[in-house]
Amino acid sequence: MELLEAIILAVLAASTPLLIAATGELVTERSGVLNLGVEGMMIVGAACGFAGAWLTGSILIGALFGIVAGTLMSLIFALMALGLAVNQVATGLALTILGVGLSGLIGAGFVGERITPAAHLYIPGLTDIPLIGRVLFGEDAFVYSSLTLIVGVWWFLYRTRPGLILRACGDSHVSAHALGYPVLRIRTFAVMFGGACAGLAGAYLPLAYTPFFIPGMTAGRGWIALALVVFSSWRPGRLVVGAYLFGAVTILQLHAQGWGVGIPSQFMSALPYLATVIVLVLLSRARTGGSTAPAALGTVFVPDR
Amino acid sequence: MRKTLLALAAGLLLAGSVSAASAADKLKVGFIYLGPVGDLGWTYQHELARQALVKELGDKIETTFLENVPEGPDAERSIEQLVRAGNKLIFTTSFGYMDPTLKVAKKYPNVHFEHATGYKRNPNMSTYSAKWYQGRYIQGLIAAKMSKSGVLGYIGSFPIPEVVSGINATILAAQTINPNIKVKIIWANTWFDPGKEADAAKALIDQGADVIMQHTDSPAAMQIASERGKLAFGQDSEMIKFGPKTQLTSILDTWGPYYIARVKAELDGTWKSEDTWGGLDSHMFAMAPYTNMPDDVKKMAEDAQAAITAGKLHPFKCPVVGQDGKPVECKGGDHLDDGQILGMNFYVKGIDDKIPGK
Repeated sequence: MELLEAIILAVLAASTPLLIAATGELVTERSGVLNLGVEGMMIVGAACGFAGAWLTGSILIGALFGIVAGTLMSLIFALMALGLAVNQVATGLALTILGVGLSGLIGAGFVGERITPAAHLYIPGLTDIPLIGRVLFGEDAFVYSSLTLIVGVWWFLYRTRPGLILRACGDSHVSAHALGYPVLRIRTFAVMFGGACAGLAGAYLPLAYTPFFIPGMTAGRGWIALALVVFSSWRPGRLVVGAYLFGAVTILQLHAQGWGVGIPSQFMSALPYLATVIVLVLLSRARTGGSTAPAALGTVFVPDR
Repeated sequence: MRKTLLALAAGLLLAGSVSAASAADKLKVGFIYLGPVGDLGWTYQHELARQALVKELGDKIETTFLENVPEGPDAERSIEQLVRAGNKLIFTTSFGYMDPTLKVAKKYPNVHFEHATGYKRNPNMSTYSAKWYQGRYIQGLIAAKMSKSGVLGYIGSFPIPEVVSGINATILAAQTINPNIKVKIIWANTWFDPGKEADAAKALIDQGADVIMQHTDSPAAMQIASERGKLAFGQDSEMIKFGPKTQLTSILDTWGPYYIARVKAELDGTWKSEDTWGGLDSHMFAMAPYTNMPDDVKKMAEDAQAAITAGKLHPFKCPVVGQDGKPVECKGGDHLDDGQILGMNFYVKGIDDKIPGK
C-alpha cells in the first residue's frame, strides 16, 4: 500500500513539468505557431527560477522569475518568427541552442547552491488518509497549478469566444485575417503563454523536483513536451492522459528494475518513447478524415496591408 | 563582395599567425570537455585539474578548453580546432572521444594527445584512467556496516565494464561484513539527468534500500537520500553540500597530479605514448572525508584505504565467484588481472539480478 502511494507520488512529480510545458505549447500550436524552443525556454526558466528563489528565499518569487524568463525567451521567438516571418522550425531550434547557453551563463554563479524545495500541502486528517491522502491533499503548489492550468486551457479553447478565435487563427490564418482578427497579435499572445508555461515548467525542476541548479538539468524534457502535444492530437484531455502515462511508464520501469523483473533496462528506458510511437500509430489509423493538427501549423503569415 | 571577403579572410589568417607566433614561447595545452565546467561532477573535476595545472606551470604554458563538446563527429572538429590554434598537447576527457582523437592524432603526428578512459593508443596518443573500483570496495565495506535494512541501492548509468566492476567490488566488500547483503540495481541509461537520477533514488528507497550509491553524475540521488533521511555516497566530486548528514564519502576524481606530470614531460621533451591506469597509490582519485559514521566504521574504512594503497588488499582477490557458483579464472596470480577487470561483464555471486542485455 505504502509502496503504491510512493509510486503514485513519484509519477505525479515526474509528469508535472511535462504537463505544464506541453499545456503552453498546445496553446501556441493551436494558434498555428510551431515553437520548437520549449527546451530552451524551460532551461532558462530553470536557471532564473533558481536564481530568484535563492536570492529572495521565496519559491513563489522563483516561480515568477521562471515565468518571466520563459516569456522573454518566447518574445525573441515571436519577434523573429512572427514579426520578421522567419522560418519557425529554424527559429525554434535556435531558441533552444540559445537557451542552453544562456542558462549556463545565468546559472553559473548558482551551481552548487541548494534551496529548500517547495512546501507540500498538509491538511490534518485529509492528508493522513492512507493511499489517497498524500496523493490528493499532500502535493506541492506546482502540481495543483498544472491541473488548474490544463482545465483553464480546455475551458478557454472550447468554451470562450477568444479561444474559438485563437483556434481559427491556427486552422486558417487567412480566413481569420479576412474576418478582421489581428492574427499576429493573437499568435504573439499564444507564443508568450507557451513561453510562460515552459518557464514555469523549467522552474519546477530546481524549485521542487531536485532543489539545486545544474546546467542542462532539463535533460530533454522540453522535447518530450513537444512530443506529448502531438501525442494528444492537440487536445487538452488527451494531454493530461499522455503526460501521466509517460510519467507512469518512466517511474514504473525504474521500480521494475529494482524488483529484478528480467527485462533489459535499455528496453525499459525506451518504453515511454515506444508507447508514444504506438499511440501515434493508433491515432493515425483511427482518424476519420482530415488531420487533427491545426491546419496552419508552422506556416508563416504575412498580412497584406 | 567576394574580394572583400577574401581580403578579410586573409587578414584574419595573418592575425592568427601573428598571435600564434607571439605565444610561441609558451606551450599550448588544450582540453576537450564533455559537459559544462559547472556540472559539479565529471567535467568539473577535469576543470579543477586544469586550474591546478595552470597554478603549477602557468608561467610556461597557456591552456584552452572547449566545453559541452558532444561525443562523435563534432568532437573531431573541436579537437582539430585546438590543433589549428597551436595546441601541442591535447587532453580529450571522455570515453566517447576515443575514435575522433585517434583520427586527429593520425593526421597530426607532431601533436600529442591524451585520451581519458579509452583503450586505443597511437605513438602520439596516450590513455589514462583510474582504478575507481578500489574506492567502490571501500564504499561497499562502509555501506554494509551502515545499512540497517541490509538492502543497498545502486544507480548505474550504462552496463559497461567500468560500472559493472564497480558494482562487483562494492558487493564483494559488503559480503565480507554481511554475507546476506542484498543490492538493488537500477540503470538510468544516462550519465546525467538529475530528474531521472532522483526518481531512481526514490524507487530504490521506496523498495527498502537505506544506503544509496550511484554511478551517475549529478547530486540528485544524494539530495533525495538526504530528504528521506537515508545515507548515500557521492560521485566524481564532493557532494556533501547536498547531504551534510547524508554523505558517507565520495570518490573524487583528482586528475591534477597526472596533468601536471604529463605537461612537465612535454616541456622536458620526454613525453611518450603510455597507458596509465592509476589507483589510490598514484593519486588518480581520492576519497572524500569519511563522514556521518561511527568511529569504528571510519577506522575500518581508513584501514582498508591504507591496505589498498599499500597493495596489501586487492578488491578482486581470488577466488572471485560468479553468479553460477563457479570461481572465475584467476589470471593475475592471487587476484584478477587488469584485463579481466577492464572487460568485466559478469556479476559476482550474491547479486540477485542480471546484467541488462545479457
